[in-house]
Amino acid sequence: MNGLRRMFAALKRHGALWPLTALGLIWLVILIANPGFFAFTVQDGRLFSGFIDILNRCAPVALIAIGMSLVIATGGIDLSVGAVMAIAGAVAANLIVGSDLPVILIVGIGLCAGLAAGLMNGTLIVGLGIQPIVATLILLVAGRGVAQLLNDGQIITFQNEAFAFIGVGILLGLPMPIWLVLFILAAMLFLTRGTALGMFIEAVGANASASRHAGIPVRSIKLAVYGIAGICAALAGLVATADIQGADANNVGLWIELDAILAVVIGGTSLMGGRYSLVLAVIGALIIQSLNTAIVLSGIPPKFNLVIKSVVIIGVLLLQSSVAQAQLASLRERLST
Amino acid sequence: MTATEPLLSLRGVRKEFPGVVALDDVDFDVRPSEVHALLGENGAGKSTLIKVLTGADPRDRGEMWLDSESLSPRSVGEAQAAGISTVYQEVNLLPNLSVAQNLLLGREPRRFGLTDWKRMNAEARETLKRFRLDIDVSRPLSQFSVAIQQLVAIARGVDQKAKILVLDEPTASLDAGEVEILFDILRSLRADGLGIIFVTHFLDQVYELSDRITVLRNGQKIGTFNTAALPRAKLIQHMLGYELQGTTAGHAPQTTLAGTKDAALEVDGACVHGSIQNISLTALSGEAIGLAGLLGSGRTEVCRALFGLDTLSAGKICRNGIEVGITSPRGAIANSIALCPEDRKTNGIIGDLSVRENIAIALQARRGWWRPIPLREQRTLAGTAIANFRIATPDMEKPVRLLSGGNQQKVILARWLAIEPDVLLLDEPTRGIDIGAHTEILRLIQQLCDRGMALIVTSSELEELVAFSHRVVVLRDFRQIAVLEGNAITEDGILQAIAS
Repeated sequence: MNGLRRMFAALKRHGALWPLTALGLIWLVILIANPGFFAFTVQDGRLFSGFIDILNRCAPVALIAIGMSLVIATGGIDLSVGAVMAIAGAVAANLIVGSDLPVILIVGIGLCAGLAAGLMNGTLIVGLGIQPIVATLILLVAGRGVAQLLNDGQIITFQNEAFAFIGVGILLGLPMPIWLVLFILAAMLFLTRGTALGMFIEAVGANASASRHAGIPVRSIKLAVYGIAGICAALAGLVATADIQGADANNVGLWIELDAILAVVIGGTSLMGGRYSLVLAVIGALIIQSLNTAIVLSGIPPKFNLVIKSVVIIGVLLLQSSVAQAQLASLRERLST
Repeated sequence: MTATEPLLSLRGVRKEFPGVVALDDVDFDVRPSEVHALLGENGAGKSTLIKVLTGADPRDRGEMWLDSESLSPRSVGEAQAAGISTVYQEVNLLPNLSVAQNLLLGREPRRFGLTDWKRMNAEARETLKRFRLDIDVSRPLSQFSVAIQQLVAIARGVDQKAKILVLDEPTASLDAGEVEILFDILRSLRADGLGIIFVTHFLDQVYELSDRITVLRNGQKIGTFNTAALPRAKLIQHMLGYELQGTTAGHAPQTTLAGTKDAALEVDGACVHGSIQNISLTALSGEAIGLAGLLGSGRTEVCRALFGLDTLSAGKICRNGIEVGITSPRGAIANSIALCPEDRKTNGIIGDLSVRENIAIALQARRGWWRPIPLREQRTLAGTAIANFRIATPDMEKPVRLLSGGNQQKVILARWLAIEPDVLLLDEPTRGIDIGAHTEILRLIQQLCDRGMALIVTSSELEELVAFSHRVVVLRDFRQIAVLEGNAITEDGILQAIAS
C-alpha cells in the first residue's frame, strides 16, 4: 500500500498521473464495449491484439510528437510536419519508381529531405526572426506543393517489398512502425537526456535571453530542434507511404500536425516552452489513438466522433491545469467542512 | 510660486510587496499649474507611486485626494475617469488604427449608430491643433515617428478632461528637437492649469521644465524642493542618499598592484554605436573597478559591451595584453569573462529550471552539450554553492523562480564562479536584495579579489563603491568623466565627479 502510494506520488511529480489515468479509463471503456479486444493471439509468427493495433496506428503521430515536443519545449511550434511527410513520401516513391538505388539509401535520402525542410524552417525562424507559427505555415502550404510537383500531380504507386517493410513488415512478432517509434524514442532520449541538449532546450524555452547570457548557443539549439522535427516527420511520412505503397501528396499526414501538438500538450508540455517529456508525448499520441478506437468500438454513430474527442481532451487538460486543480481542492475543502 | 491649494495630495501612502516596503508612508502634493518632477534611482519607489496613483496597484494604507475629493482608484480606467491620465515610456496605443481612432477610442462620434468618420477626423484635427500637430489623422499611427506617437498619447490623455497628467520617462526615445516640441506643449498645458508629474532620469530636463522636485529613495520621501532653489549637486546627494562631509576618510587602503603584470582586462576607447563613447579602463588581477554614475549614465551599457551583448563600433578590449574580439556572450565566456546582469529576472535566472541546473548551466554551456556534467558532479557543485553562499532553499531541485531575490542573485553568482572566470562583471549586484544578502555579496567581492579575480562592479551606492574599489570610473551621459584612484576614492569625491 505504501509502495503504491509512493508510486502515485512519483507519477504525479513527473506529471504522468493524469495522462496515464486518462489512458486507463479509455481502455476500460474499450474493454467494456468489446471484452475480447485486448486478447493476444499468435498467428504466422505475428502477435495480434487490439492493443498492438492501437500502437501501430498511433505510430505516425507518436513519431511526429517526439520531434514536436522538442520544438515546443523551445517555445516554438512546427505546423509543417504533415507537409514534410508528403515531401519525404514523394521523394522516396519517385526514387523507388525511377531509380535502382538500394532501399536503405532511399530511406536515407527521404530522411535527408525532412532534415532539409526542418533546417529551412529553423533558418527562417533563427536567421530572419520570423515567428515559428508563420515560418512553418509557409512550409505547410509550400511543402504539399513541392510534393505535388515531385509526383507530377499523380499518386505514385509502387511495388517494393523491401520498402514496404517499414510500413507493414513484422519484426519479432510486432509491426515495424512500433519498433520505429521505440527506436526513435530511445535515440531521442539518449540524444537529449544522455547529453546536456535536453537541459539547453528547456533553458532556451524557459528564458531565451538568460540562456544567451549563460553562454548557451540559443540559435543553434533552435535550428537543431526544427531539424530533428523534420527528420521525425520524414520518417512518419516514409511509414505512411510504405503502408499504402504509394505517395499521395494531397492526403498523407493531412491535419496530423494538430494531433501531434495535441499529443504533446496532453503529455503536459506547455506551449510557452520549458519542461518537456518525450515519453509523455508518446503516451499523449496513444491517448488520441485509443480514443479514436474507443469511439468506433462503442457503437456511437461516427458523426459524434469529433465532439466526443474534444470533450475528453478538454477533460484531460482540465485535470492537468494547476488553476483547475486549485479550484477542485478548495471545492473539496468546502464540501468536507 | 505662491502656495496654492494642492490639486492632488497624498498623505501617508504605504505599499508593501513581499519582503520589501516599496512606499513607506509617503506624502506628495501636486499644485495646479505646476510641473512636478519625481526623481530617484531604480527601486526608489517612483513606479510604485505612479501605480498607486493610477489605480494599477492599490495602496495598502494612506489617503489620496484629487480636487478635495477622496481618491481610491481600483483600476486605470477609474483613475482616468477621475482625471488622472498617464503616458508611459512605451507608447501604449493601437499602432494599426488611425490617429483619429486612437484619439477618440471608446467615445467615437456616432451617427445612426455607426461611427461618424468625418466628424471624428475633424474632432481629432481640432484636438491636435493645440499640439501644433498638422498631420493626416486618418493614417495609421504606426506610420508616424515615436515622438508624434508620444504626442498623440499625451493628446489623448489631456483630451479626456484630465486634471493630472503623469508622464513616465516621456523623453527616453525622443531626440533633442522632439523634446523641445514636447516641452513647449507641456508648458502650455501647465499654463492651462494642469498638474503635471514628470518622471525622468535626465536632470537637465528636470531643471529646464520643472517647478518643484520630489526625491524618493528606498521607498521613502527625502523631500520636496523648489527647483530654482536646489543646486544640482545637492539634488544628486539627495538621490544617492549621501551628504557631502568635506572629509577624505572612508576608503579602505587597497594594496596597489600596478606594474606587476599585464592587465587582466584593458579597455581602450570603447564605443558602441548609439551608446557608450570612448570608455577606457584597466583592471589588474585582484582589483575591483567601480563604475559610478546615475541611472542612465551608461554603467549597464559598459558591462553589455564587455560581455559581447553589444558590439564595439570603435576601440578595443585586451585580455592579458592581447586584443580579443568579443561579439557574443559565448565569446566573452570563452575569454573567461562573466557577467551577473542587472535585470535578474529577464537575463539572469532561468525560472523553471532547478537551482542545481541554474548553477551548472554556464559550466555546461562552456563544455558543450555533448559532454554532459554527470548528475553527481552537478549535485556536488550545487551542494557546495548552497553551503558556501548560504542559499536558502529546501532542496536543490526546486525551481529557482520560487527563491527570493537575494538567493536568486547568489545562484547566479554561483553559476559564474563555477566556471572560475578571470574577469567578473557585476551589474548592480546588491539591488533589490535584503540587507543580510547585501553584506554577504560585498564580502564575496573582497574574497574574489583576494583570489586574484578582476572585478568590474556597478553600483548606485557610493558607500559600497568606496568600500571595495581599487579605482572608480565615473560615467555621465554614456561618457567617462573621471577616474578616481587611491585616496581620491571617497564618497565626496565620487559625488563631486558625478555632479560636476
